[in-house]
Amino acid sequence: MSDLSGIRRGHSYYEATARDRISKLLDSNSFQELIGPAERIASPHLEPLGQPCSFNDGIIIGTGNLNGLPVLIASQEGGFMGGSVGEVHGAKLTGLLERAVDEKPAAVLLLLESGGVRLHEANAGLIAISEVIRALLTTRKSGIPVLGLIGGAYGCFGGMGIVARCCDALIINEEGRLGLSGPDVIETTMGVEEFDSTDRALVWRTVGGKHRYLLGEVQCLVEDDIEAFRAAAIEIIDKVQPLSLESLEQENLVLSQRLANYGHSQDGAEIWGAMGIADPQKLPLMDIPSFLKAVEGKVQGNL
Amino acid sequence: MKIENLLNELFPMGHAVKNVQNILTGFGSTGKGKIAVLGTTDHLAIGVETALTLADFVLMVIKNSPGQPILMLVDTQGQRLSKKDELLGINGYLAHLAKCLQLARQRGHQLITLIYSEAVSGGFLAFGMMADEIHTLAEARVRVMNLPAMARITKLPLEQLQELSVTSPSFAPGIENFIKLGGVQTVWQAPLAEQLVKVIGLEVGDDHRRHSGFMREGRKLAYPIAQRVKEG
Repeated sequence: MSDLSGIRRGHSYYEATARDRISKLLDSNSFQELIGPAERIASPHLEPLGQPCSFNDGIIIGTGNLNGLPVLIASQEGGFMGGSVGEVHGAKLTGLLERAVDEKPAAVLLLLESGGVRLHEANAGLIAISEVIRALLTTRKSGIPVLGLIGGAYGCFGGMGIVARCCDALIINEEGRLGLSGPDVIETTMGVEEFDSTDRALVWRTVGGKHRYLLGEVQCLVEDDIEAFRAAAIEIIDKVQPLSLESLEQENLVLSQRLANYGHSQDGAEIWGAMGIADPQKLPLMDIPSFLKAVEGKVQGNL
Repeated sequence: MKIENLLNELFPMGHAVKNVQNILTGFGSTGKGKIAVLGTTDHLAIGVETALTLADFVLMVIKNSPGQPILMLVDTQGQRLSKKDELLGINGYLAHLAKCLQLARQRGHQLITLIYSEAVSGGFLAFGMMADEIHTLAEARVRVMNLPAMARITKLPLEQLQELSVTSPSFAPGIENFIKLGGVQTVWQAPLAEQLVKVIGLEVGDDHRRHSGFMREGRKLAYPIAQRVKEG
């Protein structure tokens, strides 16, 4: 029998449930849930459609400590309707972000795993995500950092992909995907010639964690281990990016340059080559330490 | 309504709004002074360069015209669906636009939206939905997705969705539904210039949408739940 003990130490973030991620990310036994499943608050819109509901509506929220610092935390459950945002789900998230303004925690941690708006309650979900965006940016204005963590099976797409990029900083694993329109949505609408969603390597080169890190869209690329996410969160918790005219002008410049430099690129590997990385086609196969070494100094417009 | 006619109706005192490749930027004159105008036409699908051009303009207004109100004219079929946009991180470009609009609000620019044709999903979310005042024309259409596409993706029978769309405002396309949910405030009737002047200068407060949705009985849970989490 082969020895598998060395393959994965710790706990996979990718495979964990929303609740497991919280309990292993925060200081042990520090998590206190707000509006837990015992209150049996579920979406009112699913039952009329004959759909199963959940007593947390796909998101767990509460308070806790990270390395001794008080934080607010939300964790989306991809296992329930792909972490999609409906009326109740969105209201929990908006309420949590607004609570931060009064409570002044050291940070708000958003464990994002979502396909975006829940189509079964699409209008309510769209407005809910708009409310989340406003609440998030108001929280940032009050000086409280909002950190996003991405690394679950469903990725972070749709309106939640916009929410993610409104955060102060993002932490992602190699398996994490971040974008707007999911590959399957593009394929269904525009055809397989535009985007073959079954080509997993292509999907990861386009929206995967390594590509997002190279473009400077996420600040930390970590191993698929909840402990690694925790260490990264502790490290960046006080590196706040205030929203100011100067910071947005800087972001404008970075995004303009990216469009000018890579706007005609057809593939992630093409962009990495243009960034001056040798053997870009080898990047997807590298483990995280080798990858970080290979791309050192090449990451675009980072913090 | 054609964009040329719309601009003339909104600004009988004149305007200098350019339409370059279906992206609108410029200024209009109203009975309450100058207002910055930006938007899209011809159901434009918002791509990375669209979001960047609009964000550029917002930053310019913040720098050059402190405190000037901003009018967003919405006509979009949503975000552009393409591999290239995803490769460049279009969600980050849209987030950038949303952040620029938020900065404008924080610096005293009132944000007003008029949906004059189509407002769909992602392109609307990071743009028109950021406003404090969101209004529509009667002929406008607001949606996340049409019912046939929704039926395909949710794997629910179209007949069932059509049946429920009569009683539930939460998922069927339509202005009336968005009004019930608190996402849209009013439908503007002619004369449009008067309607615009009426909202310019209204006080900008917190996000009131979940409270409106509650009062209009379209979203009964969002308000009480968010308040409980916030205050509890």
